[in-house]
Amino acid sequence: MSDPRNGEDRQAGAGYWVDRKGRMSFLYRTLWVICAVFAAADFFFAHHPMFKIEGFPVFYGLFGFIVTIGLVLGARELRRIVRRDENYYDR
Amino acid sequence: MIADLPPGLILILGALVAPMIPAGLRRFYILALPALALWQLLALPAGVHGQVEMFGQILIFLRVDPLAEAFGIIFLIAAFIAAIYGWHEEEVLQHAAALIYAGAAIGAVFAGDLVTLFIFWELTAIASVFLIWARRTEPAYWSGMRYLVIQIGSGVILLAGIVLHYHATGSIAFGALGLVSPGTMLIFVAFGIKCAFPLLHNWLQDSYPEATVFGAVVLSAFTTKMAVYALARGFAGTEILIWIGAVMTVFPIFYAVIEDDLRRVLAYSLNIQLGFMVVGVGIGTELALNGAVAHAFTHILYKALLFMSIGAVLYRTGTAKASELGGLWKSMPLTAIFCLIGCASISAVPLFSGFVSKSLILSAAGKGGHLIPWLMLLTASAGVLAYSALKIPFFAFFAHDSGKRPAEAPASMLIAMGLAAVLSVGIGVWPAGLHALLPFPVDYHTYTASHVLTQMQLLLFGALGFAVLMRNRLYPQQLPATNLDSDWLYRRVCPLVLRSIRDIVRQVHGNVLRRARIRLQRFIATVYRHHGPQGALARTWPAGSMVLWVAVLLCITLIFSYVE
Repeated sequence: MSDPRNGEDRQAGAGYWVDRKGRMSFLYRTLWVICAVFAAADFFFAHHPMFKIEGFPVFYGLFGFIVTIGLVLGARELRRIVRRDENYYDR
Repeated sequence: MIADLPPGLILILGALVAPMIPAGLRRFYILALPALALWQLLALPAGVHGQVEMFGQILIFLRVDPLAEAFGIIFLIAAFIAAIYGWHEEEVLQHAAALIYAGAAIGAVFAGDLVTLFIFWELTAIASVFLIWARRTEPAYWSGMRYLVIQIGSGVILLAGIVLHYHATGSIAFGALGLVSPGTMLIFVAFGIKCAFPLLHNWLQDSYPEATVFGAVVLSAFTTKMAVYALARGFAGTEILIWIGAVMTVFPIFYAVIEDDLRRVLAYSLNIQLGFMVVGVGIGTELALNGAVAHAFTHILYKALLFMSIGAVLYRTGTAKASELGGLWKSMPLTAIFCLIGCASISAVPLFSGFVSKSLILSAAGKGGHLIPWLMLLTASAGVLAYSALKIPFFAFFAHDSGKRPAEAPASMLIAMGLAAVLSVGIGVWPAGLHALLPFPVDYHTYTASHVLTQMQLLLFGALGFAVLMRNRLYPQQLPATNLDSDWLYRRVCPLVLRSIRDIVRQVHGNVLRRARIRLQRFIATVYRHHGPQGALARTWPAGSMVLWVAVLLCITLIFSYVE
């Protein structure tokens, strides 16, 4: 990518709120806060569990977090085995 | 007769006339056909119509009941939305193929017997392959060939199953079959191929991403959901389906995470969503079957919406690869918003359509006490963010800026996406509308405080997991690559085995031939020695020596006769 276009991009990008420095960290921290609020809310609502395991505090939140990380890390390992060149079948 | 006209036939016959209509009018004509067919469908009274006697069997072209109607309605809505999306597509072949394909799928759904089902089952395969070939690239051609072989193969297995089933029972009626005989087992496998069961699935991820922009949208709607319908009709409550479906919801996730081509990611994601429906069919209770049908309904809408938005990106930028995209929201904001609505629907955010349908299936699994399948479905519900609902918009429209500034999608595409988005949100906000279309009466409250809270927790923490992975650069970098899947077996292993067999046969054949040739040459040499120009038996003898030899022979004869 050529330098002039990068420069042009930065000028054009400066107009966007999310492109400014630190905005991503702000959004990231906000997500943590929202998650904390929803985790806390868990203790103020009556649940209708179908399985015993659902009674675990913040079950759905923890499940979602762990599963997401587990799946993605699992996929990284899978890639080691199944990844081939883009034109693998053409040869 | 007109009153009994099958809605699918309106599309099929209409498509045959389409090429003869002037181009300007044709676009409106193509839009009008699904609308007309929907009108006809809604006017049909429940019951069995359109019976035709053929080969000593009664074929039923129209069996109208709530299950068939629900699938018929969503198929026609999908055909209508796709027709709007394809407004820019000048090529009449693609429109005709799409209409015949949709018509065949609708015909299959209303088929009252297995032979009629078989006819339409094969017609979907033949019509739909043109949507892949229309891309006119070398990979698309070969992918289409593989697609055709597998799809037609499914039909041949279906036919074999029907023959065995008829032989055993004397009936070709298409009702509940169950895994009770070799015939029904073959039928089950045939359905399983089109439903992309694990290890029978790879035709889907192989072919859909090779289709045209318009073609992929059309393909995403019909074949697999027709198979879900067929399973719901023939094998509801078959327990093995719970496990097949549960596996389907989990294992494609890994592939979707590392796949670079976003349309292929969508194909894997489609496979996962089919798993939810298959689990619903496997549980087989009224709640579960309602869930399977509802999920097919919402899924067709949001999956088409996602294929449309990524299709628009492909149309404008010429690529659908995550590694080459990023930052497109700046110049394609509406497409980005529609994509996000599709993502919210697929990940079952409250107030979007997926929440309404997925929760029916999860509740049915919970009420049935199927803990492990339920956990697998929950895994897929949380993982959806990582493999598609956050991944796709993130890499296409946000992430690092690729510097690409394509124009916004054409108006026709935006209208089609808008329509699918409105329906997705509409179902989410007003579930009763969808509930009314389901085959069984619905006694289910979608929006309870606890349900909304737990689902939001699942998704927000899933999103947090995604963010943590991104911040720590743990999410697999999007790289152009071929990821080996089950197609490796028939694209690499089978050819390899066949090639070795060919080599062995060729070598043995060569050896045998060489030896035979040597023996033949020897034989010829021997014959030549005796009978050739200089051979003892071929020499020309002078008349004198002949007379001498005759005299010798006569002498010997004389001696023998005296001795006697």
